[in-house]
Amino acid sequence: MPTRSRLHVPVTPARPGEISDFSWLRLSPAGAIARPEPGARSGDITFLADGLVRVLDDAGEAIGPWHPHLEVQDLQIGLRHMLLTRVFDDRMQRIQRSGKISFYMRSLGEEAVSVAQAQALRPADMLFPSYRNQGLQIARGRPLVDLMCQVLSNTRDMCKGRQLPVLYHWREGNIFSISGNLATQFPQAVGWAMAAAIRGQDAVAASWIGEGASAEADFHHALLFASVYRAPVILNVVNNQWAISTFQGFAGGEQRTFAARGPGYGIAGLRVDGNDFLAVHAVTQWAAERARTGHGPTLIEHVTYRGAAHSTSDDPARYRPRDDYQHWPLGDPVERLKQHLIRLGEWSEERHAGLSAELEDHVAASWKEATRFGTLTDPPRLDPHLMFEDVFREMPPHLRRQDAELRAERGQG
Amino acid sequence: MAQMNLIHALNSAMDVMLGRDPAVVVLGEDIGYFGGVFRVTEGLQRKYGEHRVLDTPIAEGGIIAAAIGMGVNGLRPVAEIQFADYIYPGYDQIVSELARLRYRSAGEFFAPVTVRTPCGGGIRGGQTHSQSPEAIFAHVSGLKVVMPSNPYDAKGLLIASIEDDDPVIFFEPKRLYNGPFDGNPNQAAVPWSAHPLGEVPEGHYTVPIGKAAIARAGSDLTIVTYGTMVHVCEAAARGLGLDAEIVDVRTMVPLDTDTICASVARTGRCVIAHEATRFAGFGAELAATIQEQCFWNLEAPILRVAGWDTPYPHAFEWEYFPGQARVVRALRTVMEAG
Repeated sequence: MPTRSRLHVPVTPARPGEISDFSWLRLSPAGAIARPEPGARSGDITFLADGLVRVLDDAGEAIGPWHPHLEVQDLQIGLRHMLLTRVFDDRMQRIQRSGKISFYMRSLGEEAVSVAQAQALRPADMLFPSYRNQGLQIARGRPLVDLMCQVLSNTRDMCKGRQLPVLYHWREGNIFSISGNLATQFPQAVGWAMAAAIRGQDAVAASWIGEGASAEADFHHALLFASVYRAPVILNVVNNQWAISTFQGFAGGEQRTFAARGPGYGIAGLRVDGNDFLAVHAVTQWAAERARTGHGPTLIEHVTYRGAAHSTSDDPARYRPRDDYQHWPLGDPVERLKQHLIRLGEWSEERHAGLSAELEDHVAASWKEATRFGTLTDPPRLDPHLMFEDVFREMPPHLRRQDAELRAERGQG
Repeated sequence: MAQMNLIHALNSAMDVMLGRDPAVVVLGEDIGYFGGVFRVTEGLQRKYGEHRVLDTPIAEGGIIAAAIGMGVNGLRPVAEIQFADYIYPGYDQIVSELARLRYRSAGEFFAPVTVRTPCGGGIRGGQTHSQSPEAIFAHVSGLKVVMPSNPYDAKGLLIASIEDDDPVIFFEPKRLYNGPFDGNPNQAAVPWSAHPLGEVPEGHYTVPIGKAAIARAGSDLTIVTYGTMVHVCEAAARGLGLDAEIVDVRTMVPLDTDTICASVARTGRCVIAHEATRFAGFGAELAATIQEQCFWNLEAPILRVAGWDTPYPHAFEWEYFPGQARVVRALRTVMEAG
């Protein structure tokens, strides 16, 4: 019997030089978790927070009650969008290394989360993304040139040069502006959803944060307000295991799943295989139906793995085994959907190679087009005086004076 | 016109706006059924329903964040933070999100949120119910910051704030809720009914954001102040028999430097007064701006009157508060100099 208190420090399963270990990860076989009605009481479905909803088995077969029975064409579109996200990411990474852009963040291994969810939601549903959800933009049809011009901070940058690369927004596509301060969008999405309910709109809100950011107070505010007002919102925790160098145990993942925070607040909590396109699609449809029919919010934990570095400023070899991702038990989302389609007889390695080549060409052509509007090193350049606009709707006198001062400083006075 | 105290005037502003614009919603702790701890929202939920006048959990960060989301979805939220001292859990959402949403999205997204919050001391509130944190909001790019000193301005400025598409932090000097307090706690309270600016129109009107007011015209010196200190300074100058011009700043951001500097240029002498702590307080910005524009008109150094640079102590409230004695000393010094 211990006779005094003891400080527990979460143990990271494997650091550089050690053998990757995922034996602690609790998995359920594909098809094993029951699918309750979307209107079920949150207290009656707490098993969803502890299990793992999976549809695709190891052989690429779709099985069980969560099988969404999507049209083949939709599966092919999903595969295309995931692959496009990956090709785009890879290209941006290489371009950052060449110095044409300052910074980038890849979503390698997490593509199914954004792409399947965007596909399962309606265009009017409002998305409050984190910085690793570029798949939402791609699945909603955002031209790559727009994204690239933002990353370049060039003359066609949607943010007018005010934001770090990848902090996109898209009013027309109902995708909210990405902050850069973690988790702030989570309770904002709840407020948006509360307004939707107040205004009698049919749309729901969805938001994404990493498991690391779930430690922020904003996560708890979001769950609390979502629960209190039963807001039509889908709150997604993308558990990719790593917050830069910090393992998910330090965000509180050792004792309970992140999905289990939901039932604690009286919210449906659901844990899903985030690398299983069909499972992510199915649970999102379920949560959207739940929200749209007045049964309130759902917290979804997507169990996935951050296959790439946190950002181009990060080197994961310093804090995790180099081949850690190769040992990840839930595989690769693109590969798994591809195998499923091949098994259905609706895809082949040849078609896949052809698609890859087509997307590479598309990304290369888009990049060529985007750089016509300027890069960090080549003109044209944004007018620096844009910095004084949009601080307020109308420019107040002190900013007009400072604008004039800058003009004088630049010899234009 | 009706006789209103500051509470009634603020209530009337929200009543008018809830009635005129279906997008307006009011939210905060205890503000619905109960009508707010200072009664500012009394009767609004009964009149407009629980969907438009919402009681919230005790989570200021959540209140501000929810208001931002509502604003993005077309509503025009008025969030009450029960005391300005409680606003800090919402500070990140105000500074990093509300203030910069329009900027970072190049105008595609904005949230027209008004944050109402009672500030200032003189009510035996101790260090957690007495603060005046206007400077830390005025320092943030993208926020408008307002503090009225009387019922007429309070209603007109609050309506202007709600109608404004930019975020507004609206400070309510709570010692003024019931009357124009002159800094003397031992004197019988004076009601707003005895003050000309306690006469308030019942319907819709605005007082423009970004315009200071000449609370009293005079020629001996200029006192630049706002909130409770407008009344304290008036009484102090009157006691000295000085013909002081009192400029009520009303809006810290955007600051009406024209009105302030025109007055100082005319009188050549200036005292700045606020209840908030002195060091890096808003008075420092005022003093710097005035000397930049009026240096050659000044006949004496600009002096600041403020709260001491300590937390607001419960037992020594009136030794802390910048009352008439402290104002008088500054006025004398400035009048005797040069």
